[in-house]
Amino acid sequence: MALRSWRSIQDLLFWALCALALCAIVGPAVWIIVGLLRDAGPLLNSRLLTHDTLHLGLQNAILGTLVLAFGVLVVAGPVGIGAGIYLAEFASGRVASFVRTFSEVLAGVPSIVVGYTGYVLLVVQFHWGYSIVAGILALVTIVTPYIVKTTEVALRQVPDNLREGAIALGLTMVATLRKVLLPPALPAIITGLVVALAISTGETAPLLYTAGFSDRNPVPALTHQPIGYLTYIAFTDIQLPDQSAHQLANAAADVTLVFLLVLIVVGRLLAIQSARRTARMNL
Amino acid sequence: MSRPAGGRGLPSAAPGPAVLSARGEEAVGDRALRYFCVAAAFVPIGLLLVLTLVMLTSAWPAIVYSGAKFVTGTVFTFGNLYGGTPTVHNGVSAPHNAQYGAAPLIVGTLLTSVIALAVAIPVSVGGVLMLVERIPHRFQAGLSIFLELLAGIPSVVYGLWGIIIFGPLLAHYVSPVLVRVLGFIPIFRGPVGSGQGLLVAGLILAVMVVPVIAATTRDLLRTVPILHKEGALALGMTRYETVKVVTIPFIRNGIFAAALLGWARALGETMAVLMVCGNALNIFPYNIYAPTITIAATIAAYLDGALTDATGMAVRALAEAGLLLLIITLLTNSLARVIVRRTSGAALPVGRGF
Repeated sequence: MALRSWRSIQDLLFWALCALALCAIVGPAVWIIVGLLRDAGPLLNSRLLTHDTLHLGLQNAILGTLVLAFGVLVVAGPVGIGAGIYLAEFASGRVASFVRTFSEVLAGVPSIVVGYTGYVLLVVQFHWGYSIVAGILALVTIVTPYIVKTTEVALRQVPDNLREGAIALGLTMVATLRKVLLPPALPAIITGLVVALAISTGETAPLLYTAGFSDRNPVPALTHQPIGYLTYIAFTDIQLPDQSAHQLANAAADVTLVFLLVLIVVGRLLAIQSARRTARMNL
Repeated sequence: MSRPAGGRGLPSAAPGPAVLSARGEEAVGDRALRYFCVAAAFVPIGLLLVLTLVMLTSAWPAIVYSGAKFVTGTVFTFGNLYGGTPTVHNGVSAPHNAQYGAAPLIVGTLLTSVIALAVAIPVSVGGVLMLVERIPHRFQAGLSIFLELLAGIPSVVYGLWGIIIFGPLLAHYVSPVLVRVLGFIPIFRGPVGSGQGLLVAGLILAVMVVPVIAATTRDLLRTVPILHKEGALALGMTRYETVKVVTIPFIRNGIFAAALLGWARALGETMAVLMVCGNALNIFPYNIYAPTITIAATIAAYLDGALTDATGMAVRALAEAGLLLLIITLLTNSLARVIVRRTSGAALPVGRGF
């Protein structure tokens, strides 16, 4: 009896520790968001949208972040989705696993290494200077693997009998993709783009030495014009000695956090829709 | 006749043979699509090659200049950038008195990442065990959002939180307690510092690494055969014993791979660490609260200054540090993926833990 009760105490103790560990996962997430957004009210005013960073606003930084994120989607979207389609539909097993491994390893490269390479190659070697293109390409390097992965997984969830049906109907590959494979996979593929968006609005290290920074609004020049972005303000202004700079840094962090929260909600909705479509296909 | 495309025996999703016209030709659109997809698929490989090549070529003169001193030297200084006779080593010249000894950076990188792993592994595995084994299914997706959140929160936001909330809190309330309770161990002895240093950096890294390890462990836990678990329970084992005897042994290799991935993430993390590490160049931390710096943070912080070196050696020395980081992360990432492919079917998360 004594032995038995020791075992149940042990069991209880173990699961109590596990519950504590779960709290240690949930806790920091809540703490960071609540801790930073709690005082956001007075910081987030319309001044941020109408003034640039020299005048304690964030207009140029918000616009810059949006321009960079849009550029990343335009470049990394087609490339990542194309590579994902290749992995799911074209490649043979060994080639696919080779390509997949490289893509996943690329996602593990430290972001500062990407930034450094962008500086040496794009800014100096190609004489592009601190520029929008250099920043976008650095970010593309970082987010492409996520899009590749989600696209491949999304397409693999489409059951094979749909493919067989398409072949039996004599559809071309383009038609098969457009009419049969992409519609059910689309929500999941867009989730990948949302992740890419979330990362490109939040990254700093790859941009420091590629995009540079500018206190003015983005100009329509691909090279030789540095561009501002939100995370730079959060990073530098918190280290400046005056109160208004700290508030600006806080506001910039709050805006990126709000971006992230919106994107996570969007991603969640897409995931729900994707689950529904998959369930319907497997009936 | 053109060669039929696709259909080279994928195990799960075998594509059919290409649709050929009466004359046996692949439709023009199909060919364009195939070429585009092949080209796109080789972009990541190309990017990885470019990264490695650029880092290698820019680091090479620094590697020749420093030799083994890069790893053993304890002084990292760009030297006199404004004059003086150039220092020449192994036929490569650098500014007067330039020394690129990266030992303190390497130690800082290792120590912060080890603290991160020591905290993140038990927290991730325990928390996810709770999530998958004990929490009702309908709440699991909701709780998983927190993993996505931790993976998605930008690095500078972690850093900002560390500077204004977490660091001060640690220095004022937690570290003094640690000194009192664990003070008999030398590394836990005071002074507790300002709230920027090894411990803060390590703990924030732990939070950033958790999504990588936890997401993997969660997917691995779902691959454990239910019959084995039920068998163990039927034998009269407690749930804890089931976890110990059945679940953990089944996924042990996967957890190891996840830890490797998490380690790579901790090694390469830049901005958050830079903001909370205390920025201590050329010192080894004297206790767990002491300021430190990592390789990645050094590159981000000092590339700016390095650009003023007319000989270009300072930039190259930072490239050498980056190259070291790149090689380590490439090795750990590849090893983790090989282990997982060999032992279990679960896929590893990409990058930050998505």
